[in-house]
Amino acid sequence: MNNQNLKEEILRMSGVHPEKCMRCGKCSGTCPAYSEMEYHPHQFVSMVDNGEIEPLLNSESLYKCLSCFACIERCPRGVEPAKLVEAIRLIAIRRQGANHMTANDVPALLDADIPQQAIVSAFRKYSK
Amino acid sequence: MKVSYFPGCTLKNKAKDLDAYAYKSAAALGVTLEEIENWQCCGGVFTTARDEVATKLSSVRALKEAADKDQPLITVCSACHNVIKQTNHAMQTDKEFANKVNRYMACEKSYAGEAQVYHYLEMLRDLVGFDTIKAKVTNALKGKKIAAYYGCLLLRPNRVMQMDDPENPTIMEDFIKAIGATPVVYAKRNECCGAYIAMESPALAEKSSNAIVQNAKAAGAEMIITACPLCRYNLIKNGADIPVVYFTELLAEALGVKEDTNE
Ligand code: SF4
Ligand code: SF4
Repeated sequence: MNNQNLKEEILRMSGVHPEKCMRCGKCSGTCPAYSEMEYHPHQFVSMVDNGEIEPLLNSESLYKCLSCFACIERCPRGVEPAKLVEAIRLIAIRRQGANHMTANDVPALLDADIPQQAIVSAFRKYSK
Repeated sequence: MKVSYFPGCTLKNKAKDLDAYAYKSAAALGVTLEEIENWQCCGGVFTTARDEVATKLSSVRALKEAADKDQPLITVCSACHNVIKQTNHAMQTDKEFANKVNRYMACEKSYAGEAQVYHYLEMLRDLVGFDTIKAKVTNALKGKKIAAYYGCLLLRPNRVMQMDDPENPTIMEDFIKAIGATPVVYAKRNECCGAYIAMESPALAEKSSNAIVQNAKAAGAEMIITACPLCRYNLIKNGADIPVVYFTELLAEALGVKEDTNE
């Protein structure tokens, strides 16, 4: 798929208008996963706006977002960067064989107390 | 008062206390929780993508049952509440999404987000009333300094959740006052514990959770309360040396209906 189509698909899935961003960086400043990310929330916004989708699609940053909605709540322009992270992550894991986590990976990640909620959430975010 | 109740997967497994004390306290307050028939797991996190339909159907089924019975839908787990409330909002505001859902479900009457969704805390505040609770407390938790940990999911995104001021909430502090204890306010009460990243990058969950506990303790907290099983897990696993308990347990204790449950 060419980049223009990919960009349009991401905007349609997310409902985000990246052109509203004023590059204040507040989303990245409040992101609890900032230090783990190669591309930060404000970069997702500007890179999608510029059609630079491929690097995002292949970045581990997609799996570092915690869905905490902090960047959505605190963006002064209502841009909602996490919705872009989500749309790109879905495009990535919807590719055949591209699940980030499979059922076989799970047993090794458990301890006796981990709530079911953690497992279903990880699955929802990491695999299709 | 009878309400529809969506417990969710974790409340029937690792968080049985959260569920059991919710039932006992509701009964003491004159509220009957009627469990949604054949409820299915909400999936833990809401998927913001508008073209994700299948993952939201379990929430729509629960919402629809409550609406058909003309009862408010109550959840206790922060995550279930967030997923169900955001799904309901999507059914109200996103026509294309709602059409896809209704076509798939092929029900006689289509659903357009009519159900009233309340978190248990909102039920206490808006349907029961904190003053009523105060009057029914037999075992006030006097002098106990308690920090409310909201986390992310109860409050955000506020445009949809509409529970409280997302940066300066008071509902849990008002709850703490209603059961006779003293709330401790601290900066990190609405920051993320690390959530499901605990599975893949435990170090990140440790850093986030630790900062929250230290912040609460520095403000004088002797105990932390939460509505979220994953928050509780992360805080306890990452070195909380003060008790981290479900708010329903304290409510049951204050109402004098707490007895031992079989875990
Ligand atoms: S939702 Fe994701 S990207 Fe946004 S602040 Fe939270 S962790 Fe960061
Ligand atoms: S907070 Fe909003 S306006 Fe500021 S950089 Fe992030 S997306 Fe852009």
